[in-house]
Amino acid sequence: MRGAGRVAFSAETLARARELMAAYPAPRAALLPVLRLAQEEFGWISPEVEEHVAGLFGLTPAHVHEVVTFYHLLHQKPVGRHVLSVCHTLSCWLMGAEGIIAYLKERLGIEEGETTPDGRVTLLRAECLCACELAPMMQVDDDYVGPLTRERIDEVLERLD
Amino acid sequence: MPPRERLLTRSFDLPDSHRLETSRRSGGYEALRKALGMAPAAITEEVRRANLRGLGGAGFGTGMKWGFVPKETGGKPVYLVVNADEGEPGTFKDRYLLERDPHLVLEGMAITGFAVGARRAFVYIRGEYVRPYRILAGAIEEAARANLLGPNILGSGFDFEITLHRGAGAYICGEETGLLESLEGKKGWPRLKPPFPAVVGAFGCPTVINNVETLALVPRIIERGAEWFAGLGTGTQGGTRIYSVSGHVRRPGPYELPVSATLRELIEEAGGVRDGHRLKAVVPGGSSAAILTAEEIDCTLDVDGLKAAGSMAGSAGVVVMDETTCIVEALYVVARFYAHESCGQCTPCRESTGWIYRVVGRILQGKGRPEDPDQILDIARKGVGTTICAFYDGAVGPYLSYIEKFRPEFDHHIRTGGCDVQPGRVPVLTTH
Ligand SMILES: Cc1cc2nc3c(=O)[nH]c(=O)nc-3n(C[C@H](O)[C@H](O)[C@H](O)COP(=O)(O)O)c2cc1C
Ligand code: SF4
Ligand code: FES
Repeated sequence: MRGAGRVAFSAETLARARELMAAYPAPRAALLPVLRLAQEEFGWISPEVEEHVAGLFGLTPAHVHEVVTFYHLLHQKPVGRHVLSVCHTLSCWLMGAEGIIAYLKERLGIEEGETTPDGRVTLLRAECLCACELAPMMQVDDDYVGPLTRERIDEVLERLD
Repeated sequence: MPPRERLLTRSFDLPDSHRLETSRRSGGYEALRKALGMAPAAITEEVRRANLRGLGGAGFGTGMKWGFVPKETGGKPVYLVVNADEGEPGTFKDRYLLERDPHLVLEGMAITGFAVGARRAFVYIRGEYVRPYRILAGAIEEAARANLLGPNILGSGFDFEITLHRGAGAYICGEETGLLESLEGKKGWPRLKPPFPAVVGAFGCPTVINNVETLALVPRIIERGAEWFAGLGTGTQGGTRIYSVSGHVRRPGPYELPVSATLRELIEEAGGVRDGHRLKAVVPGGSSAAILTAEEIDCTLDVDGLKAAGSMAGSAGVVVMDETTCIVEALYVVARFYAHESCGQCTPCRESTGWIYRVVGRILQGKGRPEDPDQILDIARKGVGTTICAFYDGAVGPYLSYIEKFRPEFDHHIRTGGCDVQPGRVPVLTTH
């Protein structure tokens, strides 16, 4: 599995990380951007990744861990090739978010927080993604999609590799 | 209503509205050129007289805030930090501004930097906002190539550099000092104030923090003057703002109106309540604002108008609910948000948000006790004013108002174990 065992950044990622660290008045400010790079490279932030990043910044792994656990876009376990985050906050709830989540669970055959056995899709709930005019909506990897209907969901799932 | 002026949204529907070319065709960066010929203090004075009030949530006077930056900084740089961490439930205006008119935001930033003596700015942008981030990054490149950002802007001798910084998913990083902690590479725990960011902000230096939309209004003030801007609003707040309207309306979306418009007018702008239904309640300023009933929508939408109506203007996220809405379940959904997003630093906030979420869930499941509503009110009130940041006071807005204004619904759930609004409905309860 990616991220397991000892890890180190590729040469390009390492160069990019050093660039980021030099771009701020204090190198540590690059911690979130570098963790994002790490997630792009390894798929998720494993304890080994935390350790590697900590070494780079001269911070303790415990410190990096504390930061990682604070931010929900940093995944602490492996995720699928695609991540669906369905908003369940006020406006989306008013427009039927729970029905949308139930339908996605049925179509994917998984519960919230789980990944399909083929590693294709992870299903998550999200708090307001600030696209309430699209309610009910979800984030599909980088993109916002809404208003969602069963048909729209079928289309989205069809398109994912 | 005064004549309709579009200060923020007028380019939104143009093709390629995010491109420099489009922006310049409608006068983009002319206000920057003008501002660079003014004395910095005169710009701040103009903004103060315009009655511009921060549109991020707190409604603080923008000119006054800029004035707090010390004249003598002991050699420390001054930073401008842009709050683009939009996260208040019901709000999406900053996303529109960043995607549809990023150059207006950049122009406002450059003018502000010049006014407060900042040569370096950080934009803290919500991690989920990938498209807005890409568009803004593209706009920065375009503007830099045209000498509208970077060294020696338009030959004025003013240098201004922008760093885009992406968040990683935490509502509390929208709170300005949580944001600064996060920008510095830490978890976003809000700081005790004072000192205020104007004195000790990012990286220990004096810092002005403003919301995206606040900054986007600055070029308009420079273009047309403080009196004109102030005249668009009420006696205590100038201009227009973008109201994010969602929920049970015919046409959800962003609507720009003068702050002197009423909530009723705004709902009509959005097409009114969806077909065949009637208004039950409105949350007028993001989920932290107290809920208003259908009878309470004739208030004006400015900071003081909504305060007088017992709510707040906040981030101008307006969520409309029709008669099919169960207020108990709505409170459950809102309480889940606050329980989930509390940073956990202060005991009253951490404990009460979790406890209230569980008790509302219990009521919804038909296991409520007669004393629950009063106990929620009591617990909620006790923590007000005792916490490090305004997150908790924001959570108390809905706790108190949903129960006080719709008490019979809570009592019905407790008495009968079921819902009077949608009998037979089975609510989905989630674990947190
Ligand atoms: C819990 C909490 C969340 C906040 N979230 C945001 C936000 O997402 N965007 C924002 O601009 N301001 C937010 N604010 C307000 C900021 O702390 C700050 O007042 C604002 O960025 C100042 O800019 P302004 O004066 O231009 O409004 C939040 C405040 C609190 C207490
Ligand atoms: S009030 Fe809540 S969110 Fe704010 S610092 Fe305290 S615990 Fe954190
Ligand atoms: S409530 Fe779902 S995007 Fe705002």
